[in-house]
Order: sequence, then C-alpha cells, then structure tokens
Amino acid sequence: MAIADTGSTDRQLAAGARRPNRLFKNLNSKIAAIPMIFVAMVVFLGGTCWTIFYSFTKSGLLPNTNFVGLDQYERLWSSRKWMVSIENLGIYGFFSLIGTLVIGFTLAALLDRKIRGEGAFRTIFLYPFALSFIVTGLVWQWILNPELGLQNVVREWGWTSFTFDPLNNPDIVMFGLLIAGLWQGTGLIMCIMLAGLRGIDEDIWKAARVDGIGTVKTYVRIIIPMMRPVFVTSLVLIGSGIVKLYDLVVAQTSGGPGISSEVPAKYVMTAMFGGQNLGQGFAASTMMLLMVGIILIPWAYLEFGGKKRG
Amino acid sequence: MKLTTKLLAATAIVAASGAHATDLEVMHWWTSGGEANAVSKFADAWNATGNVWVDGAIAGGGDTARPIMVSRIIGGDPPAAFQFNHGRQAEELVEAGLILDITDVSEAEGWADIITPSSLLDSCTYDGRVFCVPVNIHSWQWMWLSNAAYENAGLDVPTTWTEFAASADALREAGVVPLAMGGQSWQQNGAFGVMALALAGQEAWLAVNQDKNAEVVMGPEYTRVFEAFGAARSLSDGLNVQDWNQATAAVIDDTAGAQIMGDWAQGEFALAGEVAGTDYSCLPGLGEVALLDTGGDAFFFPVTGDPEIEAAQKELAALLLSPAVQVSFNSAKGSLPVRPDVDLTTVNECTQKGLDLLASGAMVPAGTQLLAPDTVTQLNDLMTEFWSTPSMTPAEVQQQYADIIADAE
Repeated sequence: MAIADTGSTDRQLAAGARRPNRLFKNLNSKIAAIPMIFVAMVVFLGGTCWTIFYSFTKSGLLPNTNFVGLDQYERLWSSRKWMVSIENLGIYGFFSLIGTLVIGFTLAALLDRKIRGEGAFRTIFLYPFALSFIVTGLVWQWILNPELGLQNVVREWGWTSFTFDPLNNPDIVMFGLLIAGLWQGTGLIMCIMLAGLRGIDEDIWKAARVDGIGTVKTYVRIIIPMMRPVFVTSLVLIGSGIVKLYDLVVAQTSGGPGISSEVPAKYVMTAMFGGQNLGQGFAASTMMLLMVGIILIPWAYLEFGGKKRG
Repeated sequence: MKLTTKLLAATAIVAASGAHATDLEVMHWWTSGGEANAVSKFADAWNATGNVWVDGAIAGGGDTARPIMVSRIIGGDPPAAFQFNHGRQAEELVEAGLILDITDVSEAEGWADIITPSSLLDSCTYDGRVFCVPVNIHSWQWMWLSNAAYENAGLDVPTTWTEFAASADALREAGVVPLAMGGQSWQQNGAFGVMALALAGQEAWLAVNQDKNAEVVMGPEYTRVFEAFGAARSLSDGLNVQDWNQATAAVIDDTAGAQIMGDWAQGEFALAGEVAGTDYSCLPGLGEVALLDTGGDAFFFPVTGDPEIEAAQKELAALLLSPAVQVSFNSAKGSLPVRPDVDLTTVNECTQKGLDLLASGAMVPAGTQLLAPDTVTQLNDLMTEFWSTPSMTPAEVQQQYADIIADAE
C-alpha cells in the first residue's frame, strides 16, 4: 500500500513538472486507432450526413441539389406502402425478438443439462445460420408452398382438409417470414446463451441445490439476471437483424401478396433503384435511422450511461 | 531455363489472343427458357466474330436487374453493355454522361431509315444524339388462351374480353383457373394497362399516359376499366405463382384458361412445342381494340474510357441490328424485328397478326416510353395492392390512381 502510494505521488509530481500534452499520451495506440476513427467519421457519420442532406432534394437516379424541402417526407408518410412497411417491421420485430430470445435460451438451457450428443445438436441448431438469407428464404418458400411443401405432405398423410398457406394470405404472411427468420436466427443466439450459461460458476448451482431451489426457478431467478451482458449482446444482434430485414423478404415473397409483406429496407431499395428516386429512398432511410435512434438512445443511456462499468 | 521459355511462350500466346478478341460483359435479365434461347443467338453471333460474349444474366426480372446494373455503372465498374427497356429508364444516366454516344454507328448504318417504327429510335435519342440500340419490338397488348382448356370445358375459345369474362364461371366449374396471373407487381399493373387501352380506347389511354390528365382517370371510360379489373381479381384464385413464365406454363399445360401478357410469352409457347391457332390462341388488344404498344428492349453501352472496348462496343451495336441477327434473335424471342426489311424464318399466326397491325400503323408508344420509372413504381404498388386485397373497391383505387397521375412528370 505504502509503496503504491509513493509511486502515484511520484507520478503526479513528474506530471506537474513536465505537463505532457494529453494528446500524445499513449501515442502508439492512438496512431493505431486512426484508421478506425477515419472509417467511423467519414464512412458512417459522413455517409449519414450526406444521406440526410440529399433527402431534402429532388434527386432522381443520380443525386442533385434541387431542394424541395420536406416534400419527400410528406410523400413518404402519405404512402400506403410505407405505412404497411412500418407496421410489418413492428410485427416482425416484436415476435422475432421475443421468439428468438425464448427459443434460443430454452435450447441453450436444454443443452446445458449435459445431455448426450451435445456437440451434434449444437451443430444442427447453428447450421441454418451458415446459410444466407436468400437460401433460407427460397427453402422456406418451397416448404410453405401449398402445392409442394408442408400442406401437401400433411394432405397426403390423409388429413385432406389441412390448410397452411401463409405466404399467399396477406393477413398472416409476416408469420411465414417469421418462421424462416427464427429458423435461421435462433441457432446463433442459442450458442451465445450457452456460452453465457457455461460462464456461470458451478458453486451457484450447488448453493441453489443446497437451498432446495428448483431447476426452473434457479434459471429464472438467479441465472438469467446474472447473464445480463449476454442478453444485451443478443438484443443488439437480434435488433440489427430486424431493422435490416430485406433479403429474406425478397427471396420469400418479394413483398407480396400485393404489398402485404413490404418492409422499410425494401421500400428504400425499390424507391432508389426501381423507381429511380434517390430523394425518396434517402428520406425513407433517414426515417429508419430516426426510428432506430428513438429506440436505441434512451436504452443505451440507461444501459451504459448512468453507472460506470468495470 | 526450359521452364522459363515455356512460361514466356505461354505469356506470348495469351497476349496475342488478347489483342484480337475483346471480352464484353453483357448484362440482361433474360433468364426464362425462351429468353435464354434468344439471347444465345446474340452470343453466338458475337462469338463468331472472334470476340467473347461474357454473359451477365440476372435472374428475377427487370425490377431486380436494373438496380444491380445502375449500381455497377454509378459505382465505376460498368459492364460493356446492358439491356434496358427503351424510354425514360436511362434518361439520367445519359444526362450524366455515363453512356457511350453511338451516333456515328447509327449514321454509318443508316438506322434512321431502317428502324420502324421511328419512335423506337426516338426513345434512344437524347438531344439529337443516339445512345442505345433498339433490338426488338414487344407489345403488352396480348391475351393468350389455351384452346384445350376451353374444349375440355365444352366452350368456344373467346374472341373478346367480354366473351372471356362471361365464360369464366363455366371454366371455373370445369376445374380450370380462368386467368393466370403472376404475383409480381409489374405483371398486375401491366395487365391493367392492357385492359385500359383495350376497354377505354386509344384516346383516353393517351390522355392519361401521355398528357397525364387525371380527370380522364376519373371519367366514365376509365371507370369501366377499373370495374372490369376489379371483377377479374377473383379469376386468378387458386393459382399461386410469382414469375410470368410460371403463369404462362399454366396456360401451356391447360390448367389455366388465359393470361394477359406481352408477346414475349410466345417464346415460352414455342419452346414447349405448342402451335399457334391449334394449341393456343392469341387476342391482340384483348380482341376489343386491336392496337399494339411498341415498347421493347434496347442495349446501352456505358462509357469505359478504354478505346479498345469502345471499338468493340460499337462493333456489337452494329451487329445487334444486322439482318441475320435480327431474324434469329426475334424468331426465338417471339418479338418483332425493328427493321421491316427482314423476313422472319418462322412466322406463325400470332406473329403475323402482330406484323399486320404494325404494317397498318395501329400502334401507340409503350407505357415505359411515356411514364417515368418513379410513376411506374407507384402504379405497380397500387395495382398489386388492389389485386390482392379483395376488400379494396374500384372507386378507391381509381382515386389513388388519379392522384399518382396528377403528380406524374
């Protein structure tokens, strides 16, 4: 203790004498961080500002600076397709978040019970994640196709009135997408959860057992609160997957039937490249950023702001 | 030493062959059976000149392919040539100076004299300079009917839309889906365009599409179209397909009665070995108003800055319009040649009907030549929503259609 105290006093004295510029403190690591800072500033921040700037113009196939004020936003919010997109994202986001977390955690907890062949199951569950969304979308398009897939198989088994045709029913098409999304996404979350479960000290389990607490109750009351950082990581991964939902829709339904499975990212792509209307696409992507901001900023403030970690 | 000599020799061979043959990457969205067959005629002709055709086919139709092409051109990695529909789709690329000016090829080959109708070349011309090669004439204005489906149901093959609509119930009772319709929005909006021209007539159609007159959309002629289109919605129940050629396949195997689709569908009938008149029938203008819209495909050549590629691009441009290539390509594609001085090798009944209409001048410009892509996208969205939402009334969609036309440029 005494030695440490003396050391820190010495350093303070030295600092007072030479007053080194804080900018050059730890110079090597700052130089190493320059590329990252450059990417963050120019690519992310610069790109964002550029997009917002041009969302106030009447840019067509190519950007121009013919300003039209808020016209693009007015058209965006009066468009039926945009409203349907937002609603669909809400439905998909809500069920995908809950579903992925619940299924992912349940699978992880089951694997954590030291079952036989854990490695094989883990690989099987994680395998869909190795596929691209395009492949997943096509596979599930076939499985959900009434003439080829599930409906046909069940009918051949003898249940001839069985009807399961979500992709052609505007009311439930989002759930057809959700099935494919969950199939693809839960494996990764399961692995992250499993790693989190393995990080829990054996002694916690022993203590719970000594106190006579049941397994399920131990998970819900003790283990899950201890896994908070793992849940935060999972939430970020799931959340970013929801907002950028695009390729699955393109592969599985291409927004149909009608416009009933449109999503905001697809609206942006169609406006920018199909309709050759960059201004409209930029306005839509700015709104997407704003929505993410509205959800993310208060949450990030609560999660990382108030208290210092470490 | 020996190895070095071999390597040098190999390098020399590669260099020598590189000097003569130019690889040109050509992007297009012709991927259905009939289309792929047609595009191979271009590729064969180009390869026969000692150059190499690098095929850049993109599956999924124009709405998928165009964004990929545009992003590659804007991103500075353009293909040597790409397919667009003529008209307003490439307007801004030309204005931005990204497309090669091929006026010299056009003048040398005398395109102004041979291309018929001249509106096709006009659609490639911006400020008096030529920027694209129209390769075919396609018309949306057709309905294709399965003769066998009607015979099996004990019905005569309809000759007008009115007869078709009246026979739909009897066809349904015989277990046949009356109207095949793919799930993609461009197909539904396209079919509406066909019905609009056929049922509202040329004058009203031009007032809406050319003059952007929203009052005509609310007028009695168009009201009739919206009601007929609304009534047609239930006719496609029971057939869930996405791509147009899957819908055509349903007409080919007689599980569907008819399809409203452009003449590119004929390539599919030909590939399946069907004969016009005996296996299938065709009604230009739905049998109501026999008019063809003359849209089609055109090739554009992006500016690359490489003189060698530029020379090859101009060579390809001239080749695409040469008489032999026009005949082989258009025979396979089911489209009509852009030059009247060639004879198609196999002219069937339907193609002959089309040629006669063109010769008599019964034609209007295509929707893609008149409406900006932004407007087309909005109309696609509207019509596909209407098609798949039974609770949406024709009056509602009519009002929204009028709003879009009023805002169109």
